[in-house]
Amino acid sequence: MFPLIAENLVVEFNGKHILGPLDLTVNKGDISLILGPNGSGKTTLLKSLHGIMKLKRGSIKWSCSDKSSMQKQMFVFQTPIMLRRSVLENLTYPLLLRKVSNSKVHRLATEWAEKIGLKEIMQLSATRLSGGEKQKLALARALITEPEMLFLDEPSASLDGKTTVEIENLLKSCTKNGTTIMMSTHDIGQAKRLAKNILFLNKGILESNQLAETFFLEPKSPNAEKFIAGEILE
Amino acid sequence: MNDIWYGILQACQLIYTLDQDLIEISVRSLQVTLSALVISSLFALPLAAVLAVKRFKFRRFIIALLNALMGLPPVVVGLIVYILLSRSGPFGALDLLYTTAAMVIAQIVIITPLITSIAHQSLRELWSEYHDLLISMNTSHIQRIKTLLWDARRALLTASLAGFGRAIGEVGAIMIVGGNIDNATRVLTTAIALETSKGDFALALALGFVLILIAIALNLATHWLSKTEREGRW
Ligand SMILES: Nc1ncnc2c1ncn2[C@@H]1O[C@H](COP(=O)(O)OP(=O)(O)OP(=O)(O)O)[C@@H](O)[C@H]1O
Ligand SMILES: [Mg+2]
Repeated sequence: MFPLIAENLVVEFNGKHILGPLDLTVNKGDISLILGPNGSGKTTLLKSLHGIMKLKRGSIKWSCSDKSSMQKQMFVFQTPIMLRRSVLENLTYPLLLRKVSNSKVHRLATEWAEKIGLKEIMQLSATRLSGGEKQKLALARALITEPEMLFLDEPSASLDGKTTVEIENLLKSCTKNGTTIMMSTHDIGQAKRLAKNILFLNKGILESNQLAETFFLEPKSPNAEKFIAGEILE
Repeated sequence: MNDIWYGILQACQLIYTLDQDLIEISVRSLQVTLSALVISSLFALPLAAVLAVKRFKFRRFIIALLNALMGLPPVVVGLIVYILLSRSGPFGALDLLYTTAAMVIAQIVIITPLITSIAHQSLRELWSEYHDLLISMNTSHIQRIKTLLWDARRALLTASLAGFGRAIGEVGAIMIVGGNIDNATRVLTTAIALETSKGDFALALALGFVLILIAIALNLATHWLSKTEREGRW
């Protein structure tokens, strides 16, 4: 289904310009991190690429049908959305949609419950989990379908160091299996740890799109340079 | 004053001895209202879900119509159903007037807008919570509706209970279409109206106690439902 090609992407809300115009190609195996200040359009970009945002202009094309590409991509939202069901039922919900056989559902559920450390509370209502537990569950719920493309919107925004490392390890192990990742973050350290590519967004403009090594050494945009240095962009 | 005390005493005796008439009327009441409730819910709950999930042409119109129907006085509903079912009416050939079937029909007309409306309220709330997730997971309309109906099941049951409460206590419409015929279409409310007008307070009060018991049971059930909702059980 790769590459994903976005051309001349523009998003507006009620006539207000939010994102673009922007061109972008995502190749198989990419691990791209989107950096940028609050309100720069990271969430909007991710949702647009995922195909759940109304575009003002431009196009997003996978090299397979929209229908089959939708089945192979997953999105983890900035604030985790939990179904009002148990942890177990949340975890297996996408499998249910795909009509996976019971025995496989059972096997995968046990496996992933173990991986995210929620095995003891599988029957608890997911809405009662802590923020970090919800985020881990949302990630596991996405990964359980073995997506080819994974979008993550600040998956570790409000998490402590330990949980962040757990999530990063899960992500690393799934990239080994060939999952392509596009995620936004505020955490420059996280970008350094994970990214192959860095996209730097500011006020809806993609100011730089570089390999991670070069981005941190010689960023193309002055704003990116300030951002890396920890200065506040106006 | 003495008459009333005597009536209450007699009423208690009727209940205690499980008086034949009392039992028959109570059972018929429950039969009619439960039938109306089941049929109405089968129609109202999916309709509410469709209204919450799908954006279609007549959606606003249907919602407005439901609200209008909800404000319709039951007596008027009775009158309309009477006209439709009467000998010269369009459904006269079915010969349903003065049967429990006619009463079920009238009650369905009265409670369907109510149940749909209350159910729609909670489903819409749940849909705004789930919207992004279910869109992102590329669910079909049917899958969305099923998910919403299942996850809102307690709220939907509460909506149905409200419909039950409205139907079991209603007197005007079923008096008109049922005719309050002894051993055939006499139910709790119509019997109370008749016995009171005859001055037979004993049976009227006993029937009244049964109605109050049903109302209390309904309240307890609704309360219990909202409690399990909060605690996230079943
Ligand atoms: N539904 C909407 N209607 C109007 N404006 C919106 C809507 N959604 C987002 N915006 C605006 O679009 C801009 C970009 O928002 P977006 O959520 O993409 O930023 P972000 O980079 O993800 O920010 P953060 O780091 O705070 O998550 C913001 O100014 C926001 O106010
Ligand atoms: Mg965001």
